[in-house]
Amino acid sequence: MNMLTDAAVEEALDASQKPRPLKMRGENVRVFYGEKQALFDVNLDVLENQVTALIGPSGCGKSTFLRCLNRMNDTIDICRIEGRITLDEQDIYDPRIDVVELRARVGMVFQKPNPFPKSIYENIAYGPRIHGLASKKAEFDEIVESSLQKAGLFNEVKDRLHEPGTGLSGGQQQRLCIARAIAVSPEVILMDEPCSALDPIATAKVEELIDELRENYTIVIVTHSMQQAARVSQRTAMFHLGNLVEEGPTDKMFTNPDDKRTQDYITGRFG
Amino acid sequence: MAWGLLLTIIVFIGVVGYVLGSARAKKQSASVAEKPHSRAHYHGWWVFLLAVLPTLLFMAAWSAGSYAYVDRAISERMPEQTADSAIASRSLALGMVRNLATGLRRIEGDPAFAEVPKSFEALRPVLAERGVALASDTQDYMIPIALDLNAMQDNAALIGTVIAILLSLGGAFLGLRSVRPRGRARNNVERIITWGLLAASTIAILTTVGIVFSMLFETIHFFRSVSLSNFFFGTVWDPRFAAAGAEAQEGQFGLIPLLAGTVYIAFVAMLFAVPVGLMAAIYMAEYASKRVRSVVKPLLEVLAGIPTIVYGFFALVTVGPFLRDMSAAIAGGPGFIQAQSVLTAGLVMGIMLIPFVSSLSDDIITAVPRAMRDGSLGLGATRSETIKRVILPAALPGIVGALLLTASRAIGETMIVVLAAGVAANLTLNPFEAMTTITVKIVNQLTGDLEFTSPQTLVAFALGMTLFVLTLGMNVFALYIVRKYREQYE
Repeated sequence: MNMLTDAAVEEALDASQKPRPLKMRGENVRVFYGEKQALFDVNLDVLENQVTALIGPSGCGKSTFLRCLNRMNDTIDICRIEGRITLDEQDIYDPRIDVVELRARVGMVFQKPNPFPKSIYENIAYGPRIHGLASKKAEFDEIVESSLQKAGLFNEVKDRLHEPGTGLSGGQQQRLCIARAIAVSPEVILMDEPCSALDPIATAKVEELIDELRENYTIVIVTHSMQQAARVSQRTAMFHLGNLVEEGPTDKMFTNPDDKRTQDYITGRFG
Repeated sequence: MAWGLLLTIIVFIGVVGYVLGSARAKKQSASVAEKPHSRAHYHGWWVFLLAVLPTLLFMAAWSAGSYAYVDRAISERMPEQTADSAIASRSLALGMVRNLATGLRRIEGDPAFAEVPKSFEALRPVLAERGVALASDTQDYMIPIALDLNAMQDNAALIGTVIAILLSLGGAFLGLRSVRPRGRARNNVERIITWGLLAASTIAILTTVGIVFSMLFETIHFFRSVSLSNFFFGTVWDPRFAAAGAEAQEGQFGLIPLLAGTVYIAFVAMLFAVPVGLMAAIYMAEYASKRVRSVVKPLLEVLAGIPTIVYGFFALVTVGPFLRDMSAAIAGGPGFIQAQSVLTAGLVMGIMLIPFVSSLSDDIITAVPRAMRDGSLGLGATRSETIKRVILPAALPGIVGALLLTASRAIGETMIVVLAAGVAANLTLNPFEAMTTITVKIVNQLTGDLEFTSPQTLVAFALGMTLFVLTLGMNVFALYIVRKYREQYE
């Protein structure tokens, strides 16, 4: 914690005091898997250039909510969504919105590292290629390098860019997946328990990375680790049984929560 | 005594052994403080197995041994056959005696025939009345031999039965004696089960080995009369049919036209089946809703259940004439596509192969982890981009393996080509003409009125061996590729 410089302290104060511009907002979001309702009237704001952590016991709906934010739930046949979710004040479930464009703006990193069975280079170049963000090889080289730089992976893999991405360690694979998401220059990055398959050292690296990425991106992260939520996020939302129990600035949530359930969960009395 | 009754008795001894053995084990475990090693029913099973298994083995050995023994004894009593005798060979005579013996069994114990007729002429109508037809060459001297044969068989069966029952009782007794609290009956029983399972799996392997050897010997036989280069490098197939007994004529047994036809037809079939099957698989794995999939997939797999001879009809009656008439209409004269052609056979075989390609590829595509799809979709890729750039490359080795398996089926396919490809061993590149395949020629060579030892017949085995090696090689290669692919995700 002694890493906190004055500037960082100021920034943290800033974050908790000055209201940031709104990036995404969920209004009365209800999700059904077939007959079963998984989310009940969730209202949650995601602020720009902040890390919002979604916490709660297993099966509480936090991943479901995250997957609504870039319409990944569309791929599940029996899933039905009601309510309104906006990105920059535009409803993302509006028929005029193209889901492909949406996902290019709202990227996603998954629980288990899932690099494609291609080379490291091709893993990163994949997104830009399908979106036509570059055409010449030099441009691709540039995107690959800068994405890997931003994900803090470049120095580790620069000599083996053309080897398979599946050959990297688990932590490196996850940072490769983050670099892959960054490569299409999204505005929001969704992370679904990105560290649950990683060891503590790799986890620390990814957390450090998340903290750096906040400068340029808005991040929503689902996590099971209270410490992780406390370390990386500025705002926290607590889910329980499909309801949003409480949300607010992270330091307040972890020191003085309004709801007893939050208090119990954070202190480990259930979960 | 009949084998069925004996078997019942032995199983009965075994069951009694089971009951006694498990009862004994239960009693012991109740009276002894020690914890028993095996549960009571394992002891029971062990007694059962000891009573039944060795006895069954003995019975098998005894019946084989006694048959051979009786055969030899009879054979010694038969007079030497002279060259001009009406009976061609000794084994034929032995067969007659056995047939006679079977017939005599029918009148055994019949008071009207306490005295068995001495002459064949008298015996024949009597046996015919009872449903046993005797060969007209049967001689009078065979009747006493047949009677002796029956007596000997009776003796052997009686001795065998007594030994079998004693053996069974001994086994059960030994098993019951061995019931002890710390006795390892469970391990014994499980070892026997393991042996049983091993035996079951060995049967398939041994059968394969047997098939290979039966073909191998005939193949070697064939290459004694026809040179290797004539067979493997000859470009003319003209085996010159030689009827049985006729002067053997040297034919030409060139494999090349047949191999070319086989590969060409399989190629046309794959050309048709691979794109259609693969696209069907992609649709079913990636696009179809659950409801559509649950209807379409079984329907497509019904195609795989149609006997290939039915496809043959379809080719012969429908596709072939249709293609011929169509080409005639296009050319405005005689058609350039023959009714029996590479195209017809390949097309119909391709239809047959669609379900193989689609079903195997579907399984492989579905096996690509969901995380790959999510990763790609999460980056804003469309479904088709995801399929083209992520799923198919990931599934490619598996698909190649599946295609090789399909190709080896295409090469071994028989009935469709017999009906649709024709029998002319042409060497051509024109798909509208008839060509023939290895399998068609095997059918041809084996179904004629030919002497079995002539090269004209034996060539079928050489062809079969070639085909076997070809498809085996492809299967091994396919399995190797599929296995290598499997390791990627683990």
